[in-house]
Amino acid sequence: MEVKNIYIKGIKHEEFNDNEYLENMVQELRAGGVDIMTGALDDLINWGRSNSVWPLTFATSCCGIEFMSVGAARHDFARFGFEVTRSSPRQADVIIVAGTIVHKMAPILKRLYDQMAEPKYIIAMGSCAISGGPFCNSYHVVNDINEVVPVDVYIPGCPPRPEALLYGMMQLQRKIKLENFLRKAKEKK
Amino acid sequence: MEIKDKIISLLPDAVITEGQYLTATIPSDKLHESVKRLRYDEETWFDYLMSLTGYDDGANLGVVYYLSSSRFPQNVLVVKTFTSEREDAQLFSISDIYETANLNEREVFGLMGIRFINHPDMRKLFLRNEWVGFPLRKDYNADPAINPINIESNPESDVLTKLTFTHEGVVESEEKIFEDDEYVVNIGPQHPATHGVLHFRVSLNGEIVKKIDLNCGYIHRGIEKLAESMTYPQILHMTDRLDYLSAHINRHALCMCIENALQLEVPPRAQYIRTMMDELTRVASHLLGWACMCMDMGALTAFIYGMRDREIILDMFEETCGGRLITNYNVIGGVMADLHPNFLQRVRDFIPYMRKMLKEYHQVFTGNVIARERMLGIGLLSKEEAISYGVTGPSGRASGFRCDVRKVAPYAAYDKVKFNEVVREEGDTYARYVIRLDEIVESLNILEQLIETIPDGEIAAKTKAIIRLPEGDFYSRVEAARGEFGVYISSKGDKTPYRVKFRSPSMTLVGVVDKLTRGEKIADLIAIGGSLDYVVPDIDR
Repeated sequence: MEVKNIYIKGIKHEEFNDNEYLENMVQELRAGGVDIMTGALDDLINWGRSNSVWPLTFATSCCGIEFMSVGAARHDFARFGFEVTRSSPRQADVIIVAGTIVHKMAPILKRLYDQMAEPKYIIAMGSCAISGGPFCNSYHVVNDINEVVPVDVYIPGCPPRPEALLYGMMQLQRKIKLENFLRKAKEKK
Repeated sequence: MEIKDKIISLLPDAVITEGQYLTATIPSDKLHESVKRLRYDEETWFDYLMSLTGYDDGANLGVVYYLSSSRFPQNVLVVKTFTSEREDAQLFSISDIYETANLNEREVFGLMGIRFINHPDMRKLFLRNEWVGFPLRKDYNADPAINPINIESNPESDVLTKLTFTHEGVVESEEKIFEDDEYVVNIGPQHPATHGVLHFRVSLNGEIVKKIDLNCGYIHRGIEKLAESMTYPQILHMTDRLDYLSAHINRHALCMCIENALQLEVPPRAQYIRTMMDELTRVASHLLGWACMCMDMGALTAFIYGMRDREIILDMFEETCGGRLITNYNVIGGVMADLHPNFLQRVRDFIPYMRKMLKEYHQVFTGNVIARERMLGIGLLSKEEAISYGVTGPSGRASGFRCDVRKVAPYAAYDKVKFNEVVREEGDTYARYVIRLDEIVESLNILEQLIETIPDGEIAAKTKAIIRLPEGDFYSRVEAARGEFGVYISSKGDKTPYRVKFRSPSMTLVGVVDKLTRGEKIADLIAIGGSLDYVVPDIDR
C-alpha cells in the first residue's frame, strides 16, 4: 500500500506537512514484510477506526475552551468522525491533553491513560503540553508530557486555533490508517 | 480624616504608614484581637477580606491583609504582620473572623511555609504534602532532583494537622477528615462537571451531602514565582492564562496596577477601548458560563446556542487583537493596536442580535419546569456569608452583596457610562443563574454608550524601554467576569517585581462550595458548581 492512498476527505495528500515521516515509517515496515491480504483487510478496519475516534473529555486549562469550541456548532468535529467526547476513559480512544500538566496531575494523566482500552492515542494540544510553554521554568510544571505518556500528535499554539486542532486530529487519522503495518511487522520479527 | 483617626485609636500597638492605602503593621501576637476590633467596630466595619498574601522579605516571613467594608466600600486598609522565625514560622489565623481566610491561609502554608495557629485544617492547599521546600520563599531550592516528577498514584491522606493555642503553648494535633464509617465519593480530578481538574471528596448520607473536602492544585503552575523573575511587560502574558475567560480584564488589572505605580496617564481612547473589550469579554464569559451550566444540567441545546453566539465576539477579538481566546491586547500605557475598522460596526450589529437571543435563551431554559425545580431555593448563600467568604461578582451580587468594583471604585471609562449594578436578594442557584443573563443586558447597554462616544487620539502612552516600578506596595482591582480580580505588586525598585500576588475570584467561589452543598442532594452539587462558574486555573494560578 502506498502512503498516497491514505485518503482524508477534503485535503490532498500533498497538502499535509509531514509526509516524509509517514513514508519513512512505511519503508521501515515494508522491510519487515507485510501480507497483501491482511493489508486489504486492515484498510477496511482502519477506515472504520479512523473515522470514529472518540476523545476523552479532558482539559486542564485554556486549550480546553478551544477544544469545547471545536466540539460546538461552528467547527463541529463530529464532521470528521470525532463524534462525541466521552467522560470515561474506558470508552475513549484518544486523550487530547488540552492544557498544562503539573506534577500533581501527572500521576492522574498516567492513570487515565492506563485505564483506556487499546488501541489508544495521545494528542498533545498547545505549547504547555508540548514543552511547558510559558510556564517551562516553573517548579511545578511537567515540561514534556512525553515523560508521562507517549504522544502521537503534537499541535503547537497557545492555544491552537480550532482549525489547527482539526488538522492535528486528521494527522492522527492518517497515522491510524497506517497502523496495522506496525503490528504485523513486529510479529514477523 | 476621621476614619484614619478611628483606625489609629483602635490599633494602639500598630505602626501606621501612608502609602497607596493606609497601612498598619501589627505585632503578630496582637494581630487577631486587632483585626477583630476592626471587623466589629461600627465605624470601621471591615467585614470583607479582599486579599491575603504571604511575603518573604529575606529576613522575615509575613502576611499582608487587604481589608475592605461592605458598608463603606471605598475604605481600604492594609494590615501587615510578620515573624522572624523561619524554621517553624507560626502566625495567628484569622479564619474565625473571615471564612475566606481558610483557603488563603492554607495556600500561604503550602507556598510560603507559615503555619497558622487555631486554623481548623492546616494542610497544604496546592502542593502535595510530600513536597520539599516552600516555593515562594526567596531561598527556595528549585533543583528538579529534589522534587522529581512522580507518575505513581499515591492516595490522598485522610488526616489533617492543626495547631491550637492553649495555656500551655501551641499544641499540634491530628484529626481525621472523615470518620471510618462515612461513605465518601470522589468527584474529580477528571470529571466533566467540575469544569476542569478539581477534586471533591464528598461524604454522603444516602443522597444527601454531609461534607465536602476540597482538593485543588492539579493545575497549579506557579505563576507568582515565575513573575518574580520576569520584567513587567513579560508578566502581562501570564494574566491572560489565569482566568482565560476574562483574559482582557485580568490583563487590564495588571496594566492598571503598573500604571498607577508609574503614575502614567492612559489616553482616553485607550481607556474606552479597554472598557469595551472588558465588556465584550464579560458577555463572552457569561455566555460560556450559561452554556456550560445548562449543559451540566442536561440541556445540550443551550450549550450549542451559547458557544455559537460567543464565536461572534471571538471574531471581533480576532480582527482587532489577533487572538481568539488569549488576546495579549493590553500593554502598559494603553493597548497594542488600534481598533479594526470593522469593529464598531460589528459591535453595533451584535447588540440587537444578542438582545434578541437573550429572549430565546429565557424561553429555552429559564422557564423550563425541570430547570426551575433544580435551581429555585437550592444552595442558599446569605449576604453575611457571601461577604465573609469573600464571594464577589455575579455570585456575590445574587446574595445582595453590592461588590461591583465598576461602581465601588470606578476605573477606565466606567465613570462615563450609565449602568445598573444588578443585585438580587435570594442567593440561590436560580439567582446566580439569572443574574448572569441580566448582566449581559447591562454590558450591552455599556457597549452601546461607548461605541457612540469613543474619542479619537492616541492608543497608548509612551513608556520607557525598561520599566522600573518605584519602591512600595501596589494593589489594583477590577471587576472580572467572576468577581473581583486584584493584583498586588511589591516592588524594590528593580525591573522585576519582588512579589506578585493575584487575588483570584474563583478561589473564593470554590471555597464556598462546601457551605452551599451541605444538606443538599448530590445532583445539586453539579448545578451549584455550574452556577458559581469558577475557572480552575484561576483558583490554582
